[in-house]
Amino acid sequence: MSSLKLWLNSESPESRAQARAAAIYHGWLEFKTNRLALLGLLILVLLVLIAIFAPWLSPHDPFEQSLGNRLLPLGTEGHVLGTDSLGRDILSRLIYGSRITLYIVGLVALIAPILGLFIGTVAGYIGGWTDTVLMRFTDIFLAFPRLVLALAFVAALGAGIENAVLAIALTAWPPYARIARAETLSIRRSDYISAVKLQGAGALRIITRHIWPLCIASLVVRITLDMAGIILAAAGLGFLGLGARPPSPEWGAMIAEGRRFILDYWWVATIPGIAIFIVSLAFNLLGDGLRDLLDPKSGGAS
Amino acid sequence: MNLLEVENLKVSFPTRSGVFDAVRGVSFSLGQERLGIVGESGSGKSLTGRAILRLIRPPGRVSADRMALGDEDLLAMSDKQMRAVRGQKISMVMQDPKFSLNPVMTVGEQIMEAYAQSRRGNRRERRQKTLEMLEAVAIRDPERVFKAYPHELSGGMGQRIMIAMMLIPNPGILIADEPTSALDVTVQMQVLNIMDKLVSERGMGLIFISHDLNLVSSFCDRVLIMYAGRVVESCRADELYQAKHPYTQGLLNSMPRLDVPSERLSVLERDPAWRTAELDDAS
Amino acid sequence: MTQGIVIEGLNVWFGEHADRVQAVRDVSLQVAAGTSVGLVGESGSGKSTILRALTGLVSSWSGHMEVDGETLGKRRSLAFYNKVQMVFQDPYASLHPRHSVDQVLSETLALHKLRDVDRRIVSLLDDVGLGRQFRFRYPHQLSGGQRQRVAIARALAAEPSILLLDEPTSALDVSVQAEILNLLSDLREQRQLTYLMVSHNLAVVAHLCESIAVMQNGQLVETLSVADLRAMKANEPYTQQLLKSSMGYVRSDEVADG
Repeated sequence: MSSLKLWLNSESPESRAQARAAAIYHGWLEFKTNRLALLGLLILVLLVLIAIFAPWLSPHDPFEQSLGNRLLPLGTEGHVLGTDSLGRDILSRLIYGSRITLYIVGLVALIAPILGLFIGTVAGYIGGWTDTVLMRFTDIFLAFPRLVLALAFVAALGAGIENAVLAIALTAWPPYARIARAETLSIRRSDYISAVKLQGAGALRIITRHIWPLCIASLVVRITLDMAGIILAAAGLGFLGLGARPPSPEWGAMIAEGRRFILDYWWVATIPGIAIFIVSLAFNLLGDGLRDLLDPKSGGAS
Repeated sequence: MNLLEVENLKVSFPTRSGVFDAVRGVSFSLGQERLGIVGESGSGKSLTGRAILRLIRPPGRVSADRMALGDEDLLAMSDKQMRAVRGQKISMVMQDPKFSLNPVMTVGEQIMEAYAQSRRGNRRERRQKTLEMLEAVAIRDPERVFKAYPHELSGGMGQRIMIAMMLIPNPGILIADEPTSALDVTVQMQVLNIMDKLVSERGMGLIFISHDLNLVSSFCDRVLIMYAGRVVESCRADELYQAKHPYTQGLLNSMPRLDVPSERLSVLERDPAWRTAELDDAS
Repeated sequence: MTQGIVIEGLNVWFGEHADRVQAVRDVSLQVAAGTSVGLVGESGSGKSTILRALTGLVSSWSGHMEVDGETLGKRRSLAFYNKVQMVFQDPYASLHPRHSVDQVLSETLALHKLRDVDRRIVSLLDDVGLGRQFRFRYPHQLSGGQRQRVAIARALAAEPSILLLDEPTSALDVSVQAEILNLLSDLREQRQLTYLMVSHNLAVVAHLCESIAVMQNGQLVETLSVADLRAMKANEPYTQQLLKSSMGYVRSDEVADG
């Protein structure tokens, strides 16, 4: 065993950093045993790399039109995945589109769960009137169909990728608030919360330092499982012409464009569809793996 | 003839750092008696009980040289045959009745179902049997309890109902895994009293798994003391306090006693040799 | 001014109106400074609830409670928590699953605005017999007894004079129980602590305490000295019944009904 491994497996760590590193290392060992989750992670890492190195990877400019090369089939010399109705290279558009997908996913993953976590834990911990008001507010948001609410937001704020993200985030938080509240209710009566109360800790400290770390696990799992839905919602908005604007290579918008020729030139709509499918699947696989790893109810990291 | 014979029973679980041997060669036989198995948490006492009923789930592995119920070989049985053994010939009462009773079925229905699995008979007959059984576990108002749901009952009553349910198919052997440790002392005595009576009236064999030496020595006929997956000592229950093995003595001395005050409790020093030493049989 | 704990006419209830459950009824109890009193009773007798009312974890109570001459209101000050600390029953539930020993102790010290965190953590761990190699471990890397030692270290961090013990050993094996009980009596001697200990085990209480209060159905049945308890000189039938059952199983034909 190498000295690093020895250091990580030490039964009595000597510093905070070592203890934390060991915890992460053991989590990784656990995660590694789930092949499918590993595959999901691999796909997503690949996606991130593709997004970062898009200018070097894409064979053509994604916006360059060439009407002479319209709707070329798969496997054409120079256009492996063919071209769309304006003669733009589909592969290059796909590669640049990954940036938009990641942008949407990242932004929604940042806004919705944090909003939900905050509202849910505060409602659950404080209880009483605060709980009633916050949860009824959440119920109102939950009662709207997500896409319809997002449509309303986009209609009010104007079409565009930022507004689409905002609309999706604002419709995605209620389930997170519900989960966080349910977790908080089961945590807040536990002895370790009582114990820290007896040290004179206030509500803010208990919520942020003691309840959040326990809620985050189940939220992360839920987010990764929801990511597929978020990508699809963004694609849906793009498809309806309410998300990304036309020249932008957003995957949903690409499908919308290809729809017109779907019978004669099926690949124009299908290729971005497959990309959405693969990324959604990767998120789902990763989410399943993380659930096994993080969910305290299913055994956990011991 | 012995009701149950176990020879060299082993239970192991694979872990990241190798195979963990939880039970390492336990042998004993059970007649029409109350056999106590005591040990601390992790001694393998509960796993021994579960292994007899083949309730260890994979990746856990069970092996034994011999595990016989009368003249039937428990190890050679198919899963289907094993299901017929569980509940019909060997029953098990667990620690907490809250987790063993179905919360959405009335108590009466649950006991009747247990009865129906062993015997045919119409509903009236089953109901009659169930009420009799409830009476046998000292429930004063069987008609009311028959219609009650588990959450409407106290812990002591829940445990008595578990015992009623386990005993109604008239099994030859009852395995009780810490049946009273979730109960208050006074209720505990009632439940033990009932178990004692039923077991001796029906000529059953009882395996009583517990961490409470005091209780086992006063309740059982014979005691096995387990440590680290092995039986380190076996003796008559009423002679437990004269036990020879240093582990048993250490356990006894580490208990505070009402009748003998002591300034400091002696702390058990664990000797690695106990893990491998051969059984010292005094019974 | 009386040192220690004084409780007079304490009532504690849960729920409101139709759901109201009276957990403690008109209990009066005194624990003089430096003494050790045990509260004994079965589950639901209200013994733990008294500790929770005293520490402010339960706020629905009426009556009079004072600690070191200071009358307690609905809220507890930091100074109160400096004086009174509690050890919980289940060491598997009383430590945050994702906080290391170091995090638990340093947060406690920070909350009490104590300096010199590093030195204090090491000496606290030494005091409870854990040693510094346990400092950066997480709860799942500790045994039940080790966890309870951490919980005791946390309770001692603020250097309180009164320790409330809620069944501190009932979730532990007997050999570990002996270690924890020895630790508690050592600590009491070293730090001149006052103990109020809740337990259902008469032998455990008798070992650690000088006098014992017996509770049943939220009421105080009787108070007696440990000497009387050991001599089986209880006045109330309920106490006698408890004493009898704790001596082990007695074979008999009488079966109590339910």
